[in-house]
Amino acid sequence: MSDTHQNSIVYVRETMLPEAPPPATETGIVKWMRENLFSNVTNGILTLVSIWAIYQLVMAMGPWLMNGIWDAPSLSACREILQGEVGGCFAVLTERWNQLLFGFQYPDDQYWRPTLAFVLLFAAAAPIMFPKHVPTVGLYFTAVYPFLAYWLIWGGTILAPLVAMAGFIVGYLVYSRFVAQSFAAGFFGAIVAAFATWWIGGMIVDLVAPETTVLSAVESRNMGGFMLNMILGTVCVSLSLPFGIALALGRQSSMPIIKWICVVFIEFIRGVPLITLLFVANVVLAYFLPPGTTFDLILRVIIMITMFASAYIAEVIRGGLAALPRGQYEAADSLGLDYAQSMRLIILPQALKISIPGIVNVAVGLFKDTTLVSVISMFDLVGMIRGPILASTEWNGVYWELLGFAAVLFFVVCYGISQYSQWLERQLQTDHR
Amino acid sequence: MKKSVFLGTLTVAGIAAGVAGAATLDDVKARGTLNCGVTTGLVGFAAPNANGEWEGFDVAVCRAVAAAVLGDASAVEFVPTTGKTRFTALASGEIDMLARNTTWTFSRDVDLKFEFTGINYYDGQGFMIPRELGVSSALELAGATVCIQTGTTTELNLADFFRSNNMEYEPVPIETNAEAQQQYLAGACDVYTTDASGLAATRATFEDPGAHVILPEIISKEPLGPLVRHGDNDWGDIVRWTLNALIAAEEYGITSANIGELTAGTDNPEINRILGTEGNLGEMLGLDAEWAVRAISANGNYGEIFAKNIGESTPIGLARGLNAQWTDGGLLYSPPFR
Repeated sequence: MSDTHQNSIVYVRETMLPEAPPPATETGIVKWMRENLFSNVTNGILTLVSIWAIYQLVMAMGPWLMNGIWDAPSLSACREILQGEVGGCFAVLTERWNQLLFGFQYPDDQYWRPTLAFVLLFAAAAPIMFPKHVPTVGLYFTAVYPFLAYWLIWGGTILAPLVAMAGFIVGYLVYSRFVAQSFAAGFFGAIVAAFATWWIGGMIVDLVAPETTVLSAVESRNMGGFMLNMILGTVCVSLSLPFGIALALGRQSSMPIIKWICVVFIEFIRGVPLITLLFVANVVLAYFLPPGTTFDLILRVIIMITMFASAYIAEVIRGGLAALPRGQYEAADSLGLDYAQSMRLIILPQALKISIPGIVNVAVGLFKDTTLVSVISMFDLVGMIRGPILASTEWNGVYWELLGFAAVLFFVVCYGISQYSQWLERQLQTDHR
Repeated sequence: MKKSVFLGTLTVAGIAAGVAGAATLDDVKARGTLNCGVTTGLVGFAAPNANGEWEGFDVAVCRAVAAAVLGDASAVEFVPTTGKTRFTALASGEIDMLARNTTWTFSRDVDLKFEFTGINYYDGQGFMIPRELGVSSALELAGATVCIQTGTTTELNLADFFRSNNMEYEPVPIETNAEAQQQYLAGACDVYTTDASGLAATRATFEDPGAHVILPEIISKEPLGPLVRHGDNDWGDIVRWTLNALIAAEEYGITSANIGELTAGTDNPEINRILGTEGNLGEMLGLDAEWAVRAISANGNYGEIFAKNIGESTPIGLARGLNAQWTDGGLLYSPPFR
């Protein structure tokens, strides 16, 4: 038996082969390139074209960035230093840095105030944005933050934001006292109480406000630069979310008056370009107001942008509401929850989760739309660049550096928002796909 | 129909606002600052510097008026306006005067109910074109693409010029001068047209100014000047004669340097009347006798303002040309102070 076996096999290996490395084409960078870049002829050609394009881009951009001049008093000085070589004149950014960030009228010894408000913004946003990672005590700071930020940026007497805060507290107390009897009594009682507090408080502030204040007052027209974009973006996004939810629910309401008010509002605002609303805020209102009345321009713009964004967010959330199966509504009803409870506990958490990408889309778009205020002669980041900086004799003609800088700033913020929303979606993922 | 009703309402509201704010001088004095409308930024004419202070040729007019009325050249609240918002800002009373390189035209004066108080710069619309295109006259521009700022008189002049010469053109509408520069350099249009002063200022910022020519044809009259609302002639007089004082000061050799000496009294009765040492011109305006002294001390006389902001020693490098005194062959001609 063994003989036949021996004779039938020509060669038997008696030792193990050492582990050999995989063939060169099946490992490491080569394999990766074969699979991802040159998997067939078309892809190979496309890869080569892309490499060529990237090479061209780097060769064009590289010297411009590397040779950049960061310290020069004017564009002509930059050109003198460069002696005809390619190079960016980034000196405009260093010289006008504060103007780009804060506008040209904010008092320069007070720059720490908006900076501090900006840093605190993260502390205030954290409890809402990362509720699982930040203790809930932080929510108190979030509630105080809007008034604190207002006081830091605008300055003046601290009594004004305090009265504004008192109005909200009184309103909340009245609401919680009466809501048990009837929602309407609590809701409208709270509004009346809040306005009464503001009215009385306003008179008291006018009487007792000291002449000199800890933080010197800065007028709204002196706001500018990226600070103005941040103010408008943050305020309008955070205000338009609750308004948008209310409008979306109102549009689904079975009460005809509320429903039609919401429908008309949403459809009207969505049918009008934002720039038109801004022109109304800036120009047309001035005709109707008696001369001498100064209805703060930033406030007017905030109202208009908030209205605009609310209408869009309302439609996004309505999409989320419509996507919920009817069974969810019926389940809430069968548990004996009233309207407010069923919305708060069952419907909205699911609907908002579905709406996140849409809401973030609106928020990012809105943040970029804040640059439109430059058209109504407000000096936001783009307004500063298009107006004062490019019109100065020193820097007339510097475009790529300035607008590239603006693009970088906006990209950082918008990409951050987008990344956060994707993280949030993963956090809220409860299905089993 | 609905539109006209709406516009009518606006007009009535505008007139009501105008009437209510009739005594602009009193308002300005009570406020303590002059609200002066300027451009959001035009090289040499108005722009904030690195310290955030406005400076420029138009800005100097605002400062002179503030100095004459309030005694403080820095008591000016500059309200930046765009080509589209400037007239509503003035009509609604948001600003007391507009000094924003605005062309004096019939319809603006009459139909929009404004009052131009003089001319501080005689301009005209010209064309700039790359030298390599080899065009030497605006009459050879048939079929050209033209960069043109919207909402300005230049847009209308351009249409008139091409129509009357039976030529076709393709307009590239743009919003600001800065945008125009970029579009023109990028080759989005063959020709850039705006006021000749603007063309010179724009060309001065180019890397190679010699590669671009400004064509000899000036196709329009663009008298630029400050303006106020209709219906308050006292205020209009103050702005008009402040500007005239600056022009006359150059004619009579009153400068910011020698004005101290001259206020002590001179042999020239006209100078004495301007500077308030003779007669009571200031009182007639509703101001004190020293008004013109302050206006001239603020930034110097017309010639000094011109030289400092847009003259030949600046990067913009405009020659006086039409804006020389009438004694030097220009058009500047202040009525007598008498």
